[in-house]
Amino acid sequence: MPETLTKFIFGRLTLESLPLHEPIVVGTFIVVALGGLAVLGAITYFRLWTYLWREWFTSVDHKKIGVMYMALGLVMLLRGFSDAIMMRLQQAIAFNGSEGYLNAHHYDQIFTAHGVIMIFFVAMPFVTGLMNFVVPLQIGARDVSFPFLNNFSFWMTVGGAILVMASLFVGEFARTGWLAYPPLSGIGYSPDVGVDYYIWALQVAGVGTTLSGINLICTIIKMRAPGMTMMRMPVFTWTSLCTNVLIVASFPVLTAVLTLLALDRYVGTNFFTNDFGGNPMMYVNLIWIWGHPEVYILILPLFGVFSEVTSTFSGKRLFGYTSMVYATIVITILSYLVWLHHFFTMGSGASVNSFFGITTMIISIPTGAKMFNWLFTMYRGRIRFELPMMWTVAFMLTFVVGGMTGVLLAVPPADFVLHNSLFLIAHFHNVIIGGVLFGLFAGIAYWWPKAFGFKLDPFWGKVSFWCWVVGFWFAFMPLYILGLMGVTRRMRVFDDPSLQIWFVIAAFGAVLIACGIAAFLVQIFVSIRKRAELVDVTGDPWDGRTLEWSTSSPPPAYNFAFTPVIRDNDAWWDMKKAGYRRPLSGFKPIHMPSNTGTGVILAAFSVALGFGLIWYMWWLAALSFVCLIATAIGHTFNYHRDFDIPAAEVAQTEETRTTLLAAQG
Amino acid sequence: MASTATTAGAEPVFHLEEEHAHAEGGSTMLGFWLYLMSDCLVFAMLFAAYGVLGGNYAAGPAPKDLFDLGLVAVNTTLLLLSSITYGFAMLTMDKGRVAATQAWLAVTMLFGLGFLSIELNEFAHMIREGATPQRSAFLSSFFTLVGTHGLHVTFGIVWMVTLMMQVARYGLVEANRRRLMCLSMFWHFLDVVWIGVFTFVYLMGMLR
Repeated sequence: MPETLTKFIFGRLTLESLPLHEPIVVGTFIVVALGGLAVLGAITYFRLWTYLWREWFTSVDHKKIGVMYMALGLVMLLRGFSDAIMMRLQQAIAFNGSEGYLNAHHYDQIFTAHGVIMIFFVAMPFVTGLMNFVVPLQIGARDVSFPFLNNFSFWMTVGGAILVMASLFVGEFARTGWLAYPPLSGIGYSPDVGVDYYIWALQVAGVGTTLSGINLICTIIKMRAPGMTMMRMPVFTWTSLCTNVLIVASFPVLTAVLTLLALDRYVGTNFFTNDFGGNPMMYVNLIWIWGHPEVYILILPLFGVFSEVTSTFSGKRLFGYTSMVYATIVITILSYLVWLHHFFTMGSGASVNSFFGITTMIISIPTGAKMFNWLFTMYRGRIRFELPMMWTVAFMLTFVVGGMTGVLLAVPPADFVLHNSLFLIAHFHNVIIGGVLFGLFAGIAYWWPKAFGFKLDPFWGKVSFWCWVVGFWFAFMPLYILGLMGVTRRMRVFDDPSLQIWFVIAAFGAVLIACGIAAFLVQIFVSIRKRAELVDVTGDPWDGRTLEWSTSSPPPAYNFAFTPVIRDNDAWWDMKKAGYRRPLSGFKPIHMPSNTGTGVILAAFSVALGFGLIWYMWWLAALSFVCLIATAIGHTFNYHRDFDIPAAEVAQTEETRTTLLAAQG
Repeated sequence: MASTATTAGAEPVFHLEEEHAHAEGGSTMLGFWLYLMSDCLVFAMLFAAYGVLGGNYAAGPAPKDLFDLGLVAVNTTLLLLSSITYGFAMLTMDKGRVAATQAWLAVTMLFGLGFLSIELNEFAHMIREGATPQRSAFLSSFFTLVGTHGLHVTFGIVWMVTLMMQVARYGLVEANRRRLMCLSMFWHFLDVVWIGVFTFVYLMGMLR
């Protein structure tokens, strides 16, 4: 084949692009490939493809989409954590002249991929999954406002994840750090495909995130059951609302700034270059205008989870509901006024730094108010230390430390010393693991019975809990100390042998966390095996307070046979107290949206488009773009997007539940 | 209905006996507004980039050397008129007159195409003179801001063609009215953005 033709077809993709010279990557590839083949083989062997396609992939049911988001987050957590433990091992051994076992080229990709994956493809899917599953149930709705868009959003997130995973084996990932600052991420210093993978993975996933944000805002504003005023919404729904407002008001900024970076790289414009009038600091400003709200996007829903868990397991109404809501709103607003604290060292001058330092410190006030609300909810409550409550207490103890080091970093003179050091790394892991991840585990343990109809096994849950919590403290406290000693982040080898012990302790902590993740997987496996023992037919295993516990577990496709009417906060608690009886007759047909495969197809074209752009296969990019637009337009010619569940079917589903409840007595 | 639930003494009401299903597309307008605001943020970023970089000519051409205000005035007029004609399309839609609606949409589209061809002509002229997007940060941000607006107009036209086909096929059914309403909002939104571009880029550029 003539060279020009090869170049036309494959762009800059050649055999050399495959990282065959990196034994670690090849080994990983073999393991992933074998594992992947085993999974695909199993699906084929058990003839599950049709079932998966009909019941899951094309589903517009918010509950199934929520579960799929969680599965995506879990798979990506394994990838992101592998990166983490590789870094910990490298840093623990690269002393006394040892180069460690990772070369610089590989190591730099690992710390970039770790950050990108953990934020965009672990935390975001987990958070979006929880909101997707829980919010409609909590507000007494049957689905989200735009069910098809919901499915599409999920698949776009998967599309982004696929591009990131592809970079491991085809080409390479960015070596720039997770925010890809120019000029390092410009074409001059990063001529390879790494930054392009970064850009297009985030652009594809970003479309999904923005649309799902719009979708959930509309759902919460428009689909609440009658009687549920704003100030009667469960706190998780409130924090979800604020989170989705943040998503819609910040992700477009990321889209815009990555587009400008892409233009610099593809077209040769001069937004962030060092010459022809470009300004790299503008990138840093713009990306943090997205980036700071992003951290509140991650944490706010978990604040909601902790609120639900604390009040349920203390058997009390949440202390200070109103202040909780206003604290959430204040945090939402303030999160836009602090972005510059990520680069005090830019040199904007004393007044600008003071302003941003003070706004940052002010955020600790509403957050502190929340802490006290949870404490006062527990005060004189009958606390049941089930798994979700354990995670909540661990969160309160851990997060407060992370919050205080955050306030410390908000002092510009202190930040000048600690900027870019391991102290910062310890701080944000302290709040992200201690806040977001602990909250997710609390949420998963709390709502798992709602999603699947049986509880998670408590023993393995506790093993996972203790490994995670102890492992976290071992892994990150040494980093605070190292940071105070001036060790900077993203280092591959070290000269000073006295530092090694701290890295060894940190690596030990990472191993404990690995055990925690393993125990979590065992917990899921064991719980599925023992589901008959752990079964819950009441639909209300925790003596819950909010509406999702009023329906069966798992809830029927239509969630509620009759739209509930809300009279109070903690609607389900109120219903139980007032002698609510389940209606047993008078069912009506229920209008529901139909499944569609368009979301999968659109996301597949988006991945192809991204892949074509990354490798300069212009024909592929153009072709998939045309297909993308054509499919989207074609979809709008379908005017029949819903159907009615017949009353008889509703009656039968409800009858089954009545029998089950009666059998339980 | 909810108010009856709290009437003292009466049996408490926990659910609706009679469903009034959420009106189809009941969230669409809110959702579309939210989308428009997110798009507005994209433009805000591009305006901000232009604000920061707009004076960085890198010894290259400046607005005064490049902009032809007369042409921009014609262009602005075309786009503003297209908003008025879209308004007429909506008025005729309300009266249920399919042919008139289609005619006004066609006129709107022609104005939009006119706008685009003048803009592309302007771009081609600038590039021929060496004022390419690569020449300076000012030109990078200029082409990106104005070009992004132009791309939006292009998508608006593609959307309009699609809707005209759908109206021709299915008539002014509820779904089509809703879609025309969304496109209307989109189109007027682009007008508002253009007024920003006209003022901020062209008029103020001439004053620099």
